[in-house]
Amino acid sequence: MKPANEIKTSELTLNKVNRGSKITIISLPAGNMRTQLIRMGITEGDSITCIENLPGGTIVIQKSRQEIAIGHSLAKKIIVILQYE
Amino acid sequence: MKDDSLLSKIDFDKSKLTLHDASIIINKTKKIILAGNPNVGKSLIFNHLSGMYVDVSNFPGTTVSITKAKYKDHEVYDTPGIYGLSAFNEEEIVARDIILSGDIILNVVNALHLERDLFFTQQLIDMGLKVSVLLNFTDELKKRKIKIDTERLSKLLGVKIFETSAVSKEGFDKIDEAIEAAATGNRQMELGKILHTLNENVKSPASSLLIMEGDTSLAKICNAECGSPDERELIFINRRNRINEIVSEVESEDSKKGEFFSKLGKLSLNPITGLPILAVVLVLVYFFIGDLISQRVVDFTENTLGKEIFEYNVKSFVADFTSTQINVDILDENDNLIDNKIFNFPQGKNADPVSADEFRTFSTQPNSVSDFTFTNPIAQLFFGEFGIITMTITYLFFLLFPLVIGFYFVMALLEDSGYLPRLATMLDKFLTRFGLNGKAVIPIMLGFGCITMANITTRILGTSREKSIVTAILQFVIPCSAQLAVITVLLSSAGAGPLLIYIVTITTVLIVLSTLMNRILPGESSPLLLNLPSMQIPKIGNIIRKTIFRSYAFMKEAGVWFFVGALGIGLMQISGLLIIWQDILAPLTTNWLKLPKETATAFVMGMVRRDFGAAGLFDMSLTSMQISVAIITITLFVPCIASFVVMLKERGWKEGLTIWFGTWITAFTIGGIVAQILI
Repeated sequence: MKPANEIKTSELTLNKVNRGSKITIISLPAGNMRTQLIRMGITEGDSITCIENLPGGTIVIQKSRQEIAIGHSLAKKIIVILQYE
Repeated sequence: MKDDSLLSKIDFDKSKLTLHDASIIINKTKKIILAGNPNVGKSLIFNHLSGMYVDVSNFPGTTVSITKAKYKDHEVYDTPGIYGLSAFNEEEIVARDIILSGDIILNVVNALHLERDLFFTQQLIDMGLKVSVLLNFTDELKKRKIKIDTERLSKLLGVKIFETSAVSKEGFDKIDEAIEAAATGNRQMELGKILHTLNENVKSPASSLLIMEGDTSLAKICNAECGSPDERELIFINRRNRINEIVSEVESEDSKKGEFFSKLGKLSLNPITGLPILAVVLVLVYFFIGDLISQRVVDFTENTLGKEIFEYNVKSFVADFTSTQINVDILDENDNLIDNKIFNFPQGKNADPVSADEFRTFSTQPNSVSDFTFTNPIAQLFFGEFGIITMTITYLFFLLFPLVIGFYFVMALLEDSGYLPRLATMLDKFLTRFGLNGKAVIPIMLGFGCITMANITTRILGTSREKSIVTAILQFVIPCSAQLAVITVLLSSAGAGPLLIYIVTITTVLIVLSTLMNRILPGESSPLLLNLPSMQIPKIGNIIRKTIFRSYAFMKEAGVWFFVGALGIGLMQISGLLIIWQDILAPLTTNWLKLPKETATAFVMGMVRRDFGAAGLFDMSLTSMQISVAIITITLFVPCIASFVVMLKERGWKEGLTIWFGTWITAFTIGGIVAQILI
């Protein structure tokens, strides 16, 4: 498992993703938040869509039919890559 | 194999086993546990089984107390909605203890969110518990053209699946079958290997798995050691992957989901479109609560039912037996005094039937106001102007109760429509400035109804830090509905200037207070992580059930404190402490706040009920600047006694008292500064 602080050039944190982008999750933060994300259905390797990047950085993602709101401070710790189709 | 894990009985594994076997022969009573994620309709199923009303909620935090009921020969337990058993919070600990003590788990799963929900299902299966799955909301599945191959799902999980629809009660007849069919399912392959390494102290496989997964509190009880973070991680990731594979195998989708509502949902997230939507919602809420409930309904319940019927009859009855003076005013349509009589009954009404008859005829004219003064201090304490029985019951049941019902109704409506979580998301950034996250909007909104009610609702917040900040905001700056009504009337005669001064002052206090607390309080607030259920038209039955249940729970929890508060003030009144207190405050009021001496009475009465404080000002002729000072001071000022006691219960003595004294100091400091500048 890759530590959360090493970011490759093609990778970015979730709070920087534009609305409508399809992304793949590379790494989640450690600790309780990680477990809570995993339980809600979000894991490394998941393909998700960012459906809203609100002013101020609260993110709303969609995975299949589920929509989840993620606060800015948590989104900053989630590393993703953009999917190009 | 019997999977016994009741924490306190772990040491008695053997005796419990035989006891249990014996009890099976004697009767078939089983302990059935309903378990599942939030929003799976678990409580609706529990309602069906028990015939009782329980809360059905989108927000965790409302079912922390456990509901138990009898169903046929069995005992059924409802548990808080949780995403897994890891003892992360109070709800999970409560749910864990019940689940570990159960015989059969009915796992309720939302068919629309298989990926999320089955994670918990797999955890239950991994624990080696006897499980049946109730696949709920299958009717929604058809509407959204999603197909789930339940047979295949059942085979993969190794437990039986029963399709239900909690709303239309379809498939509820199969619940008996589900109870019978409960079985241990297919565990994750890797678990077998890991569990070998386990500590010998723990005999139950369920507990040992949870300890393995890092449940420190359980580990302490069993005197065992938790798994390493790596092991825990491995279990979680394997479980997640397994569920993802299962779901992709059993689920297929034909089309996209409901367009209008999903669009509305998106619009309410973004501030540009979301703020106008919020404005519309607030206007509608104002018409419903501000106009319909708190003006028309409460006017009838408080004045007609409470004062004219309930209080009049109780007081009149007490006056039969004890020395009483009754002042009766007769008013015309515009509340002008047209007639007045004072009746004296030194031995009580029964001793003087002639005057008693005269009183009855005179006081039952239309638009009459009877004012009873009892000579006996005990009678005065219980039945007098601020009587524990008379005033508190009128206040609690005829004024507050309708308002609480109104507020909970609106909250349920907003919640079930899917709007409330979106509002929380939209306001998330704004609230993070104050060290909060979007969820804090719920207790703050409720505070405009009743601070006491809002103080209880702070439980839904993630960390103690957030609870402290919101509790402080509620006590300091949020005016409750009773106050708002009075403030509105006072301001309407004062014009726009005082309104502006009021808003600017209160907003400044809010910003300074919350920013300071965010700086000073140690630790970090939790980030928002919130599931947004799809927008939909709420089901009215569910709304009504929720409203009834929550209003009842509120009255049960907070009601008694209104009586305690009234008793305290009553005792102060009898013992003369109230006068002393007023005399202490009087110079502060006249010199510092530059208000008439009598306003001190209004401030002191504000301790019983915040609106008393403001209402007392009606009778005084104040200049518009004095009105600004008075309403600012009252808003910032101590909350009513009931909210004070509930705050102490929720936040502890130290913090509660700090906030309480803080409101006194702030109210007089800020009020005074404004007075010195303006007047």
